[in-house]
Amino acid sequence: MGITISNISKSYGEITALSDISFDVKPGELFGLIGPDGAGKTTLFRILTTLLIADNGQATVAGYDVLNDYKSIRNSVGYMPGRFSLYQDLTVEENLNFFATIFGTSIEENYDLVKDIYVQIEPFKNRRAGKLSGGMKQKLALSCALIHKPKVLFLDEPTTGVDPVSRKEFWEMLKRLQKKGITILVSTPYMDEAALCDRIALIQDGNILEIDTPNAIVSHFPKPLYNISTNNMYSLIESLTNYEHTYSIFPFGEFVHYTDKRDPIDKASLKTYLESQGLTDIKIEKTQPTIEDTFMELAK
Amino acid sequence: MMKDNNVIQVENLSKLFGDFAAVNQISFQVKAGEIFGFLGANGAGKTTAMKMLIGISSPTSGKATVAGFDVYKETESIKKNIGYMSQKFALYDDLTVKENITFFGGIYGLSKKQIEHKRRELVEELGLQEVTNSLVASLPLGWKQKLAFSVSLLHEPKIVFLDEPTGGVDPITRRQFWEMIYKAAHNGTTIFVTTHYMDEAEYCDRVSIMVDGKIEALDTPKKLKEHYKTDTMNDVFLKLARG
Repeated sequence: MGITISNISKSYGEITALSDISFDVKPGELFGLIGPDGAGKTTLFRILTTLLIADNGQATVAGYDVLNDYKSIRNSVGYMPGRFSLYQDLTVEENLNFFATIFGTSIEENYDLVKDIYVQIEPFKNRRAGKLSGGMKQKLALSCALIHKPKVLFLDEPTTGVDPVSRKEFWEMLKRLQKKGITILVSTPYMDEAALCDRIALIQDGNILEIDTPNAIVSHFPKPLYNISTNNMYSLIESLTNYEHTYSIFPFGEFVHYTDKRDPIDKASLKTYLESQGLTDIKIEKTQPTIEDTFMELAK
Repeated sequence: MMKDNNVIQVENLSKLFGDFAAVNQISFQVKAGEIFGFLGANGAGKTTAMKMLIGISSPTSGKATVAGFDVYKETESIKKNIGYMSQKFALYDDLTVKENITFFGGIYGLSKKQIEHKRRELVEELGLQEVTNSLVASLPLGWKQKLAFSVSLLHEPKIVFLDEPTGGVDPITRRQFWEMIYKAAHNGTTIFVTTHYMDEAEYCDRVSIMVDGKIEALDTPKKLKEHYKTDTMNDVFLKLARG
C-alpha cells in the first residue's frame, strides 16, 4: 500500500524531465527524493498525485493505478506542492475547514492528526493565509494536506527557503506522522535532511543516481576523503585545483573535502606542495563522507 | 565620511512597523573586501535590515552608512555603488542573456562600449557563448544564479548584497558559486550575504546571527563555535535561534 513506480518517463517537448524511473516506497516508509532544482522531482510528484500523465511506464499509489484509479488516489493522498497553493484570501481556519469539507470530513473528526502542527498556528486562525509568515504558511499547508487522514503524503520541497530551526522542527513533525502509519514521500534540495529518511533516492537530470538507506549510500563513497584547512581558503582551493594529484576538491564549511588520485595518498608531499604555494597552518585529516559528497561524486 | 576601511557602518539602527520592532537597535561594521554572513531565522528581521542598507526602506531611528553614503539622505548614491541579487529577483526571464546584460549595464550607467566589453568578458568567463541569444528562462537555475551574480558586479560596485543566492541550487554549482564569491572578495569587493545553508556560513569571514530583530552574535565562525562549544555553525544557529 505504499508507492510503486515502474519505468516512468516524461518529456516536455525536447526536454526529458524523467527518464525511465523505477523504485518502490514501502508502506509506512519515510522516503526522500534528494536532488537540485530541475532534477525532475516535481514532475514525479505530479504524476503520482494524478495531476500529470506519464509518457511511459506504470505507477500505483496506496494500491491504486495512477491512470485507472485516479479518483481513488485523490481521496487517499495528501499533497503539499512546492509553491504555496492555499487560498490567500481565506483565513487559516477557513482554509482548513474548506479542505476538510471537500474531502467529506470535518476538522473535529481528524483534529488528532493535525493537532501537533495546527496548535502552533491556531492563535492566528482568523488571519488571512496571504498574511502569514513563510513558516506559518508551511504549517497550514501541511495541516490542509493531512486533514482527510491520507494514507500517503506527498511533500514537494516543504523546507526550501526555511531556516535551520524551523527545518528541524518540520522534520520532527514528519517523524511523528510516520509513527501514525502514514507513508511519506518528501523531496528536498538539502542534503543534510536526507540522513533523516529511512531510504533516499538521489535524482539529477531525470535519472536516479542511487537508491538506498542514507548509511549505505555514504558507505559507497569510493575513495578515502580528507579534510584540509589552511590560513587562506581562496588560495587553498586555487592551489588544490592546480595540483596534479587532485581527484576531487570541494569546499565544505571551514574545510576543503579532498580526494587524491594516488592510493595511498602521500600526505607529506601534499603538505610540501601547499607550503610551496605560500599556505600556512596546514591541516590534513581523514574524514567521513556525507551524502552531499556522495551526490557530488555520482553527479560528476 | 568613511571610518577607516569600513564600507558598512551601522549604529543602533531600528525599523518599527506600528509598535513592532522588526529591527531593534542593531550595530555592526563590515570591512572592505570582507565576506559578511547575515544569518537569522525566517522573520528575524534580516530582510527588513537589508532593505534599509540598500536604500529602499527608510529606518525609524539610528545611523548607517553604506559605501560612505547615508541611508536616509543618499539612497540614490547607495544604489549606484552597490550590487544586489536575490533568488527571487535577479534577471528578466523573458530577455535573452545578452539583453539582460545590456539592460542592467544601461541601468547602472555604463557606456555602450563598456557594456560591450563587459559582456564579452562575462560570457567568456562563464562559458555562455552558446546561449547568449537564449532566453534566461531556458537556462538551468545554477547558470542563472551565476549569471545574476556576474551581472550584479557589472558596474564594479564596492559592495554586493546577496539574498539567499544559492537556494535550491545543486551542490556542485553551489560550490562554484562560492568560488565566484571568493574571487570577487579577493579582488576587493565586499560581500554581504544571507543563507540558510550553514556550511556556507562557514565560508564567511564573519557572521552575525539575528534573533527577534536583534543581533545576538557576531564573530568569525571559528570563534562562534568556540564560544558556544560546538563543532558546527548549524549547532551555533540552533542554540541561538531556539533560545
